[in-house]
Amino acid sequence: MLYTILCYHSEAIVGGWSKAQDDAVMEKLDVVHQKLAAQGRLGPVARLLPTSAATTLRKDSDPPLVLDGPFAETKEQLLGFYIVDCDDLDQALEVARELGQANPGGAYELRPIGVYHSSTLPIDANP
Amino acid sequence: MSDLAWLHGALAAARPQAMAALLRYFRDLDIAEEAFQEASLRALRNWPEKGPPRDPAAWLILVGRNAALDSVRRKAREAPLPQEVLISDLDDAEADLAERLDGADYRDDVLRLLFICCHPDLPATQQIALALRIVCGLSVGEIARAFLVGESAMEQRITRAKARVARAGAPFETPGAAERAERLAAVMAMIYLLFNEGYSASGGEAPLRSALCDEAIRLGRLLLRLFPAEPEVMGLTALMLLQHARAQARFDAEGAIVLMEDQDRTRWNGPMIAEGLALIDKAVRHRQPGAHQIQAAIAALHARSPRAADTDWPQIAELYRALEHHMPSPVVTLNRAVAVSKTEGADAALALIEPLGERLSAYFHFHGVRGAMLLDLGRSAEAREAFDRAIALARTPAEAAHIRQHIDRIQAEAAQGSTK
Repeated sequence: MLYTILCYHSEAIVGGWSKAQDDAVMEKLDVVHQKLAAQGRLGPVARLLPTSAATTLRKDSDPPLVLDGPFAETKEQLLGFYIVDCDDLDQALEVARELGQANPGGAYELRPIGVYHSSTLPIDANP
Repeated sequence: MSDLAWLHGALAAARPQAMAALLRYFRDLDIAEEAFQEASLRALRNWPEKGPPRDPAAWLILVGRNAALDSVRRKAREAPLPQEVLISDLDDAEADLAERLDGADYRDDVLRLLFICCHPDLPATQQIALALRIVCGLSVGEIARAFLVGESAMEQRITRAKARVARAGAPFETPGAAERAERLAAVMAMIYLLFNEGYSASGGEAPLRSALCDEAIRLGRLLLRLFPAEPEVMGLTALMLLQHARAQARFDAEGAIVLMEDQDRTRWNGPMIAEGLALIDKAVRHRQPGAHQIQAAIAALHARSPRAADTDWPQIAELYRALEHHMPSPVVTLNRAVAVSKTEGADAALALIEPLGERLSAYFHFHGVRGAMLLDLGRSAEAREAFDRAIALARTPAEAAHIRQHIDRIQAEAAQGSTK
């Protein structure tokens, strides 16, 4: 089984860390990453930019509504995610709109990635 | 990270919201501050033992409010309210309060807290000092060190600023749309002032004062959470991030200025640039350009160039022209002239610069840029004159040292010429 581990924390607290504090946390996490990677069990890892950099595409209206800020509703739940290479927000929105046509309803939150490590899983790893 | 570091982080993160709510409740800055301090003390005693509350800001507001009321009632010889040990078990009260905090109140509360620091009668330095003390929660000592003044002088400055604000009376009615926009503009201006206090520092002072840049960025992000769809707030925060991203490369080991074209771009802060670029991307979609967005767009073009030679100068010159339209100022024209010198040459740039002489005669950068253009055109004697005036106007040793390099080069070239 492949598991996603979604990271939650208070952005105001994490954003308030000094560079030294942030580096220290990342270093400790990296020890765990290295261990999992050596076992071939680590998929892609991403650290997202702050929610202030987020844009939300509501795809339950036609045309879909673009809103500034992160997805904030609690009536819907996180069901999956994509990582797509885009030149800018407009291109990312284009992708999201296309996905939204294939699967209307709900919303997509578009959030740029700050730190990205590619997968160390074997290519054919199945859930 | 130790528990204590977590605790202090949580307290700092909750501060603007908690202080803002306490201020609305008590309508008095000093009582609100005392209430918050008392609540923080109790949090330091209480949280490590009982674990942090679900909503730290709500806990601090509730406990702070009760502690302040308690002390008022104690003075009136009445029965005290329950202690926070009991209160923190009252999950319902906390949840209820947290729910009410989510509303639009919260936004106007925090905006008000920031806005009272921007009173037009307060000189810029007092506005900034007050915001650092009240909103950011820096100690008087920390603020004094960042401003390079004694602690007692800073204490006085803040006390005077608070008294001034109290006399003026904080605006507690809910603002209308136009008033909210006005407050937002004043707060954005104050935040950028704070940023520049840190950004304009140089040499040995730079590390001390760059904390001011961090605080300004923190306030920019706070403002963004309150106004997620305001393109100028995105622009301001992006601008600060993109400028501060270069902090590590702006000075050499001796504290001398390193010009952007000579900076080691690998020392620029990647995550900060990424965040700034993402914000600019979002802002542009609104098609409501403003001065902060345009300046951020200029900074973004620099940030996007892997090497100085890749810089998109025509686009930068165009953006400065747009900025002149939004924010007419001879300093902006001077900056456009620098961009024009890269696209059309020093002659065209000098033609833009000369008419500014009257208004910028006391401005260091005017003479520095003018000297560089003259030097470029081989007019060494005039360049020397301009550099001499620049040196006389330098505000920091690093600025003076930078101009000194030009003068030394002119002298060396002159000496070489005479021996030929």
